[in-house]
Amino acid sequence: MIEIQNLTKEYGKIKAVDNISFSVEKGEILGFLGPNGAGKTTTMNILTGYISSTSGTVKVAGYDILENPVEVKKRIGYLPELPPLYLDMTVEEFLNFCANLKAVPAKKWKSEKQDIMELVKISHVKHRLIKNLSKGYKQRVGLAQALIGTPDVLILDEPTVGLDPKQIIEIRKLIKALGKNHTIILSTHILPEVSAVCDRVVIINKGRIAAIDTPENLSKMLSDFSRFMVTIAGPENKVRNALSEIYGVKYLEVSNRIKEDEFSYIIEADKDVDVRKPMFNKLAQLGFPILELRSLNLSLEEIFIQLTTTEEMEVQ
Amino acid sequence: MLAIWKRDFKSYFNSPIAYVLIGLFMFLSSYFFNNYLSYGSSDVTSSLVSDMSFLLLFVIPILTMKSIAEDKKNGTEVLLLTSPARVTEIVMGKFLALYSVFLIMTGFTLIFPIILIVFGGPDLALILSSYLGFILYGAVFVAVGLFASSLTENQIVAAIIGFVGLFVLYTIKFLASFFSGFMYDVFTWLSINDRYTDFMNGIIDITSIVFMISLAAIFIYLTVRVIERKRWSQG
Repeated sequence: MIEIQNLTKEYGKIKAVDNISFSVEKGEILGFLGPNGAGKTTTMNILTGYISSTSGTVKVAGYDILENPVEVKKRIGYLPELPPLYLDMTVEEFLNFCANLKAVPAKKWKSEKQDIMELVKISHVKHRLIKNLSKGYKQRVGLAQALIGTPDVLILDEPTVGLDPKQIIEIRKLIKALGKNHTIILSTHILPEVSAVCDRVVIINKGRIAAIDTPENLSKMLSDFSRFMVTIAGPENKVRNALSEIYGVKYLEVSNRIKEDEFSYIIEADKDVDVRKPMFNKLAQLGFPILELRSLNLSLEEIFIQLTTTEEMEVQ
Repeated sequence: MLAIWKRDFKSYFNSPIAYVLIGLFMFLSSYFFNNYLSYGSSDVTSSLVSDMSFLLLFVIPILTMKSIAEDKKNGTEVLLLTSPARVTEIVMGKFLALYSVFLIMTGFTLIFPIILIVFGGPDLALILSSYLGFILYGAVFVAVGLFASSLTENQIVAAIIGFVGLFVLYTIKFLASFFSGFMYDVFTWLSINDRYTDFMNGIIDITSIVFMISLAAIFIYLTVRVIERKRWSQG
């Protein structure tokens, strides 16, 4: 449905988006994950034809955004980060205006209007001025605007930002439901959102793609190891040597220095080897007591941090 | 295009701006009208219309300042530019909304010639020619104001740019006096007020009509370019 190839956007010397490629299948919900300033919004703005790319191609349903912008725009509903609303209009007036702007045939719009307003639950505020609505309702009106004309593709830039937890859950449910009939690209920097909603995740950092996969695979890929946090009293180099000699230990790093000769270490070990017992024995032998030992499960959060931080783990 | 025209036009009348401007314009025009009448001027309408053109210098930038600048500020620009409408259609819709407000304002001033017709026998052809000149002149001014509004997201700045632009246009004949020879001819040729004066004198010259419409079209085109350029910007 959507094909992005070697997309680059430069602002002067800064590359906001640096040679990214991915594609989205019909009916898929793709999560676009990255820290603030990673290039999510820029990519989305290029996809929707709001700004142009420096190089690379974007195709939606086979139409190129540069060669056939009108055809592409007809197929996309866009909810930018700041919902684009005319504050001096009522909800209904605004939606009518958007339907006109998108040249939705009057008949189709007549039947569609009620459905959309029911779907995002704004029917009861349709006569109110948009400027008097709360942030959550404004977001919904923005979403309603994107749904007008039942576009094949929905592009939602941080759709749950600024909503209260109850609204967030509602909007996520809604997006999940919309995924049945639409192809959706959703950007966010909130991680649980991705595992809650998306079929596939693109992690983007500093304009580059750090990973593309399903949320499950991403967790699996990085959790072939069991991870521990262990605090040990003893000189660092000796403890390090002792730990790295243990069979099964793959990575080792000092995460924190608590006081002199007392350090916290992060250990990654093969999943099928239980390193805890040999570790205890060995350290007991050397007279370095274990003060704390706990297992670390790799959450999506940590994957994200791992993939987007440039500091590499030291391999011992 | 129709959607934007309708929306913008309504929004001018949903806020006080159109009422205040039309009220102010009418108040000042009435004052001039009254003056000409009390002086016993022989040719009230064309003198009045030429004074009204001076008022436009202040009224138009205030009318046009929010047209595009407000969309930029509120983020509704994204909505317009990612819709299937072409930039030219968007800009034309905005222009027509502004121009409609201008025409309504002009419509109110027809009360003056009507008073003259009821109480006297003015030269009807001259009135028509003056008004034709005035609405063409207005088209150019509105287009310049629209262009100014596309340059910034700050309405006040847009109004100031618009005013300066119109002022230059208004005084271009004066600027011509600094030059001689070819440049003098160019500036004089560009002088929109000279052509406007022709209309006030009852001369309807087809080249003047084409000139005014072209000038408006150029500024509309520039507005389209400004918006498109932003899309391509690398900075």
